[in-house]
Amino acid sequence: MTFIAKPKVTHPSLPQNALGLTRRAYEGALSTLCAGCGHDSITAAIVEACWRLSLEPQNLVKLSGIGCSSKTTAYFVSGAHGFNAVHGRMPSIATGANAANRRLTYLGVSGDGDTLSIGLGQFCHAVRRNLDMLYLIENNGVYGLTKGQFSASADVGTRAKKGETNLQPPIDPVLLALDLGATFVARGFSGDKRQLVPLIEAGLKHRGFALIDVLSPCVTFNDHEGSTKSYAYTREHYEPAVFADFVPREAPILVDYAPGEAREVALHDGSRIVLRKTGSDYDPTDRAAAGAAVQSRMSCGEYLTGLIYLDPSEARAEFHQVNATPDEPLNALPYEQLSPGSQGLRKILSRYR
Amino acid sequence: MCILIQPSNIVDPTDTSNPDYYHRVVDCQWACPAHTDVPEYIRLIAQGRFTDAYLVNRQSNVFPGILGRVCDRPCEPACRRGRVEDKPVAICRLKRVAADHREEVSARLPKIPQVKNGKRIACIGAGCASLTVANDLLPLGYEVTMFERYEKPGGLMRSNIPAFRLPESVLDEEIGMILGMGVDLRLGTPVESLRALLEQGRFDAVFVGSGAPKGKELRLPGRDEAAANVHIGISWLESVAFGHIGHIGERVLIIGVGNTAMDCCRTSLRLGAREVKVMARKPRGFFKASPWELEDAEEERVEIMVNRAPKAFVLEHGRLAGMLFDCMEYELDERGRIVTERVTGEQFLPADDVILAIGQENAFPWIERDLGIAFDKWDVPVVDARTFQSTRPGVFFGGDAAFGPKNIIWAVEHGHQAAISIHRHCQGEPLAERLAPAVSLHSRKMGMHEWSYANEYAPLERRLMPHVSLKERFKKLNIEVELGFSAQQAAEEAQRCLNCDVQTVFAAKLCIECDACIDICPVDCLTIAANGPEAELRARLKAPAANAAQPLYVSGALPQTGRVMVKDEDLCVHCGLCAERCPTAAWDMQKSHIHWPHAAEEAHALEARKPKIA
Repeated sequence: MTFIAKPKVTHPSLPQNALGLTRRAYEGALSTLCAGCGHDSITAAIVEACWRLSLEPQNLVKLSGIGCSSKTTAYFVSGAHGFNAVHGRMPSIATGANAANRRLTYLGVSGDGDTLSIGLGQFCHAVRRNLDMLYLIENNGVYGLTKGQFSASADVGTRAKKGETNLQPPIDPVLLALDLGATFVARGFSGDKRQLVPLIEAGLKHRGFALIDVLSPCVTFNDHEGSTKSYAYTREHYEPAVFADFVPREAPILVDYAPGEAREVALHDGSRIVLRKTGSDYDPTDRAAAGAAVQSRMSCGEYLTGLIYLDPSEARAEFHQVNATPDEPLNALPYEQLSPGSQGLRKILSRYR
Repeated sequence: MCILIQPSNIVDPTDTSNPDYYHRVVDCQWACPAHTDVPEYIRLIAQGRFTDAYLVNRQSNVFPGILGRVCDRPCEPACRRGRVEDKPVAICRLKRVAADHREEVSARLPKIPQVKNGKRIACIGAGCASLTVANDLLPLGYEVTMFERYEKPGGLMRSNIPAFRLPESVLDEEIGMILGMGVDLRLGTPVESLRALLEQGRFDAVFVGSGAPKGKELRLPGRDEAAANVHIGISWLESVAFGHIGHIGERVLIIGVGNTAMDCCRTSLRLGAREVKVMARKPRGFFKASPWELEDAEEERVEIMVNRAPKAFVLEHGRLAGMLFDCMEYELDERGRIVTERVTGEQFLPADDVILAIGQENAFPWIERDLGIAFDKWDVPVVDARTFQSTRPGVFFGGDAAFGPKNIIWAVEHGHQAAISIHRHCQGEPLAERLAPAVSLHSRKMGMHEWSYANEYAPLERRLMPHVSLKERFKKLNIEVELGFSAQQAAEEAQRCLNCDVQTVFAAKLCIECDACIDICPVDCLTIAANGPEAELRARLKAPAANAAQPLYVSGALPQTGRVMVKDEDLCVHCGLCAERCPTAAWDMQKSHIHWPHAAEEAHALEARKPKIA
């Protein structure tokens, strides 16, 4: 970490977004993570994505649990709402907040420990409910805050900094989410912002649950030889399944792709994801094939990355449809509408007698 | 997928061992003709070490007190602060702070050997170039004789710069430091014939530092008839400086809008003029005067009239009554250059005196043309731009005498370079094989999160120089207008320096491409990208690298992906966060010291090369 704050001085020709804001307006507090932490790069990618989407900072909700990853919500978009939940309980808070106000954009940041161990049950149900949020896992395979023990995402055979080898199989959040019916599943790498930033943009715009599992090397406890989540190992073993570009609704179509080389998937708000082939015939709209591809790469010790699965129809009912939540945020509803009154309450209670 | 990149299509790794690379990053030092170590002396000022700051200055620019007031300041437009914000660091004013607050330095000046080396040098003119030659050669054991036509040394610094800008005491003290080293100064002794001087055979080398003493004439109708009230700027200033002129008419017109014109108009106001107009032929963007000199003149309510081309001197009853001007109109292209001009009418302006300040030339009526010193078609001696030697070995030129009117700081550097040449000439060494500049780097890392320089960006605006009130300043000719920075102002202004000499030094082999430096850089000057042709690479950077004149730093291939680290040096504020954030210390903050050789280093190197006698 550093104690030296990033000075306010900026490049004089920094571009502005539709709100007239520069990227710097989407920054947060000084990071207290180790210098070189992958999480800081993800923070920078979130800053870039929010700026590119011209999000009003006050319309973003940042939610997190406990861990190195969960500290990072303080380091971006300081003008947004934030909630640091109990360890592994971020999905509950996200569900409650979402139910109360569906107008806001929800971004949950969690880690492999917070999501796959203590919070695994919560995570599974958030996926199942198709909660309208982007759930971003900063996945480094170790517990950094407690000095580098293996987490539930550690691969078989990976070595800890002290030397012991992990023998337990990992829980892969991508496979899990595919299984649980997630409608947007992606994997990124903190060291590849060209891939990651459009994924975050698309994930924030996707209606329903979007998962991005981001491989994010722990520079202090998991960046050594023998680790399968180091910068060097990840670079050697990650394979983009497909290139995904995010095209906002307002943007004109500028690039002509050769036929068969790219296809567009429209999101509910009119923005589009342009999928470009990487050479293989990967189809990110086929859930079964996506799962098979992830598993097959995994058996070779490789990480399949990029937009792994997208439900192109956005047809699956998401949380608000299932629960018939009101369009208006609860805090904007008149008291009479929110409160059933003593008569109404009696009626409700009578149902339980 | 594999793209074969042809070697010609990529940028070669930057050769940072070339001393020019890091030198160029220190924009002020690179722009300074004498390569003064500006960030170093500003840091010393910030620490209150004024004497040390003065001596750092003196090593390269010789006259810190003088230049701290009247330098042409090529460093300031170059200053990076002016690119990041609006205004550059007030470098020149800080130099004066060091000079104003220093202690006695005589004990720390170079020692003059008792035993001389047997070589004698003649310097013609006692101005800044000649004085620099003496300053550099006397410590090496040379005997220097200096010929000066006036009764006081200092050349243009004394005769052309009014005392309200440069007090005589400052001038005397700094010139005195050099004269005190043992110059054989011959005042009131103009050299009338170079042949006679050379034929004496007394001197092993001659340095001509006689300046550009001839003011340009304006041949217009009425010029000769009005001669009594038409003055040549530099001669007039000289007469004022030496007390020969003490009065001027109430209405004065100054023709020309360079720095001499500014000195003339402000001097006129102190000699009784009430209404002074500076007449400019072209629009404001074409003025030759430094912006701060224009400001100072306008503060004294001098009117600057643009687009007035002088046409004739008008006489009444045999005496100057005013001048007639053509009113001009110009059409400019999008780059601000004049495309067409036309006369729209004429205007008469009454005047009691007119001062011509339209430029000056060097003139050498005292150099015979058959001495082996070649003159070019403009009748200016042919001088080697690097060695300052004329076509006659042993005769050197420097200052305005060499390449026409420039300014003090150029003359000083000419003096330094000529001194090196003179030393090599006297030692029988080829002039061109002089010491090359060098650079040394030393890390500023002290420990965890500790750097031994002030790397915090201070969001302060440029401090303003306090002036003597408009009421007070005209009471006497020699009341210095600028008061100098207060202690508080100096401390604040020093903080504005970005420490460009604390370089970001990158070791490609250590980089793990974690992007930490790129994410933290406040001015977005770093990018990791695939190498490519420079123009194309510039277009792919995180923020546009618009200043093509500033070379990019491009690393060698990075170990993990083979991409390269690219740094646009143009806007780097040297905050050190890249190094602070780097987990592998691939970035380090290292103080560069540019070794710009002077005669002393040259002598030392020559000495070291001689075989040792056991």
